[in-house]
Amino acid sequence: MTDDELIWRIAGGSGDGIDSTSQNFAKALMRSGLDVFTHRHYPSRIRGGHTYVEIRAADGGVKSRGDGYNFLLALGDSFARNPSENAVYGDEEIKPLSENLDDLREGGVIVYDEGLLDAEDVPNFEERVEENDWNVYPLDLRGLAKEHGREVMRNTAGVGATAALVGMDLDHIEDLMADAMGGDILEQNLEVLHDAYDQVNEKEFSHDLTVPEGEHDEEQVLVSGSHGIAYAAIDAGCRFISGYPMTPWTDVFTIMSQLLPDLGGVSEQVEDEIAAAALAVGASHSGVKSMSGSSGGGFALMSEPLGLAEMTETPLVLLEAMRAGPSTGMPTKPEQADLEHILYTSQGDSHRVAFGPSDPKECYEQTRTAFEIAYDYQIPSIVVYDQKLSGEYRNVDATFFDREPAPDLGSTLTEAELEDAPHDDSGKFERFRHDTENGVSPRSIPGQKGGRYLASGNEHWPTGHIAEDPDNRVAQVERRLQKLESVRGDLDERDQQTLYGDEDADFGLIVWGSQQGTVEEAVDRMNADGNSVKALGVSDLSPFPVEEVTEFVESVDEAIVVEMSATKQFRGLIQKHAGDFDGTLSSLLKYNGNPFEPAEIVEAVEIEQNGGGELPTAQTTLEPAAGD
Amino acid sequence: MSKAFSAIGEERDVERDEFTPGLEPQPTWCPGCGDFGVLKALKGAMAELGKDPEEVLLCTGIGCSGKLNSYFESYGFHTIHGRSLPVSRAAKLANHDLEVVAAGGDGDGYGIGGNHFLHTARENHDMTYIVFNNEVFGLTKGQSSPTSPKGHKSKTQPKGNAKDPIRPLSLSLSAGASYIARTAAVNPNQAQEIIVEAIEHDGFSHIDFLTQCPTWNKDAKQYVPYVDVQDSDDYEFDVHDRQEASEMMYETESALYEGTVLTGRYYEDEDRRSYQQEKQHRGDMPEEPLAERYFDDDYEWERSYDFIDRHK
Repeated sequence: MTDDELIWRIAGGSGDGIDSTSQNFAKALMRSGLDVFTHRHYPSRIRGGHTYVEIRAADGGVKSRGDGYNFLLALGDSFARNPSENAVYGDEEIKPLSENLDDLREGGVIVYDEGLLDAEDVPNFEERVEENDWNVYPLDLRGLAKEHGREVMRNTAGVGATAALVGMDLDHIEDLMADAMGGDILEQNLEVLHDAYDQVNEKEFSHDLTVPEGEHDEEQVLVSGSHGIAYAAIDAGCRFISGYPMTPWTDVFTIMSQLLPDLGGVSEQVEDEIAAAALAVGASHSGVKSMSGSSGGGFALMSEPLGLAEMTETPLVLLEAMRAGPSTGMPTKPEQADLEHILYTSQGDSHRVAFGPSDPKECYEQTRTAFEIAYDYQIPSIVVYDQKLSGEYRNVDATFFDREPAPDLGSTLTEAELEDAPHDDSGKFERFRHDTENGVSPRSIPGQKGGRYLASGNEHWPTGHIAEDPDNRVAQVERRLQKLESVRGDLDERDQQTLYGDEDADFGLIVWGSQQGTVEEAVDRMNADGNSVKALGVSDLSPFPVEEVTEFVESVDEAIVVEMSATKQFRGLIQKHAGDFDGTLSSLLKYNGNPFEPAEIVEAVEIEQNGGGELPTAQTTLEPAAGD
Repeated sequence: MSKAFSAIGEERDVERDEFTPGLEPQPTWCPGCGDFGVLKALKGAMAELGKDPEEVLLCTGIGCSGKLNSYFESYGFHTIHGRSLPVSRAAKLANHDLEVVAAGGDGDGYGIGGNHFLHTARENHDMTYIVFNNEVFGLTKGQSSPTSPKGHKSKTQPKGNAKDPIRPLSLSLSAGASYIARTAAVNPNQAQEIIVEAIEHDGFSHIDFLTQCPTWNKDAKQYVPYVDVQDSDDYEFDVHDRQEASEMMYETESALYEGTVLTGRYYEDEDRRSYQQEKQHRGDMPEEPLAERYFDDDYEWERSYDFIDRHK
């Protein structure tokens, strides 16, 4: 835990403008030279209910949301009160203040809207404040906002108060407000901002929390994992997306749908996920780079077109934004328990390529890879990420996105090339030839002269006609499976796994996806304390990087596999491909709807190495290898 | 730029034989099957229209009807049960110059693919959809399909099917298809004319194609005698009038199960924009075929760097 960091939590009700306010504030912190990381917690409802966004800002080293937080802006839930009867829905009215206190660090700062919240309703508030040495500043944010026109501006008042309390300039905040609004609304908001700032600035502060100082070398942009994926797809030449809304996949679908029409592309919201994936197959078959995606329950419906793409060797990129399951599970909470679902869904000896990026930059890199692999090898490739990564914003060097587009259709022939390609006696293109070097037989696109063939979801001859001939069957199955070996070789060159920490370390952590940053932060802390720990972040899920993982596990005395799943799915995958390593692997699991915090990982390693003790979070479990 | 899809729009006389695969796979349809009639009519229609086999994409589902493109020479996509329509729709959006025809059976199209049927009709994609309607599941051996008559008995409906049959024409009309016809394999001339019209129509054309099943519906002549409603003085209605078409469809669909087979054109809306035109009208889809771009070396691809200002 660095001492010099601000972790600001803004809490209120869904629909109260928490999102937009927090995003502007995160940008303001980024523009002041800091590294930022956002974490969003929200219930599955449209308005009201307890929601918060946390922004962590420090001068470098920000890889996770951190442990707890040190500044609470409790706005109150304006939807918790029924205006006509002056009644309150349950205890929701005080939730923005009461629900957040457990994670507030000692010596932390609380600003709450006394216009909406009454601290006296919070059980044992005074005692807890004293016990934890919290610094409390009640402010009538609602009243202040109303004075200048509209109650909704209490967010702005809260930001102004925050700036005064942590000694932050208003310049960046003002600029961002000017970008987002104009006219009277802007004027009023600026008045509220300054008024709140001035009122607070006049007070004496008892706390010593200030905004850290930082300076970036390059201009920064604030992007989420979903932006990483969408931008990569666009750079890869994807101009067709089809989908059905489902949290959290909708984020990418929305970004793409807003951009594609102006890029001369097509976005289709269709009747269900079977159609969504089938459309992506149809568009890709017809010569347009395509993508579809969903979250767990919707992806279940895509199993069918996924198999069709495999059998017809149609390039296909699918996204799977995991949330807690089974069934509709917890729509707005992250989990990594769809791993086996995406790897094994679909009948037969089916196969696909799968990537699990860990942050917005990897989302970009690996989505680019997913497109290249899909079109070079005519195979479905899946990018699997989760609710956390989907909506988590981080700052990235602006130049990171300055990449050359790669709209190449891969193993697709032009008409000129088709002239020299193999045809049968009747002039039909032998689209699915057995005798290829890497398992890939180049394809044609409908409308091309000399390229006609039948693509069939049934087993087929080289020309595509349905066939049950045993020799042909074996040749086709083996050729399709051969692609995986070729892909593995290709991926080895790209080296997408992340080895982190001291190479000679004797204790290992293995992680995939959104938890990687948190693990890396834990490694840094442990090594700073004189331990010897390293981590491996696995990005290629299929075909699995067996060699790299084996080498890593064999290089340490013990390793913990960290994942958000109750059934140790990732550890199972490692053991399936690389063996059980004589029981040297254990698991750190969390599946309560919240991602790991670095301290939980540090604590787990401590227990694993020295025995005894309890993990800091009740819902976190450490499972040893024995008995597996 | 050199044209990437030169088979499209090539004008020449096309012989119907060109649509017969050179190394013809032996059809696995039963002797006397109505599916032969669809194949014949489709080949005739394509030749009549002068379509090059390589500018046609024929997408099928699963079942006896799904094998249509095994015996028809063109680009083909033999998809999965009920999914020929979403695949076809996307092909049309990817390259709207392609001639896209989808085909499936009554179980495939009105059962498992029913939802896609509703939405493809609603969106009015410019394509033709031929549903082989033989009132039974053929390839899985005789179970009731959505168009089987009430009381139809089979191994899985031993007491007789308790469901009323679906009304495909009325369903299609209310869902939004802009060309709707019913024809029969026993009437090859009308069938070919209707397929030609359907392909020429600018919007979603739905053909309920009655195909007798000599194996599972024992009476192979189940659609004979038929009446052509356009040729008969007994049935006068305006195919451009939704209300009149609707009433005529209702009558036709009721009469079929009483042994009267009425065929012909039932509805055509020539004014409604196709989905592609509607999207283009809104600036939601490019004017030129999207797929062409991937073969154009001079095309300038926009990139993510063009959007990052908003994130600064």
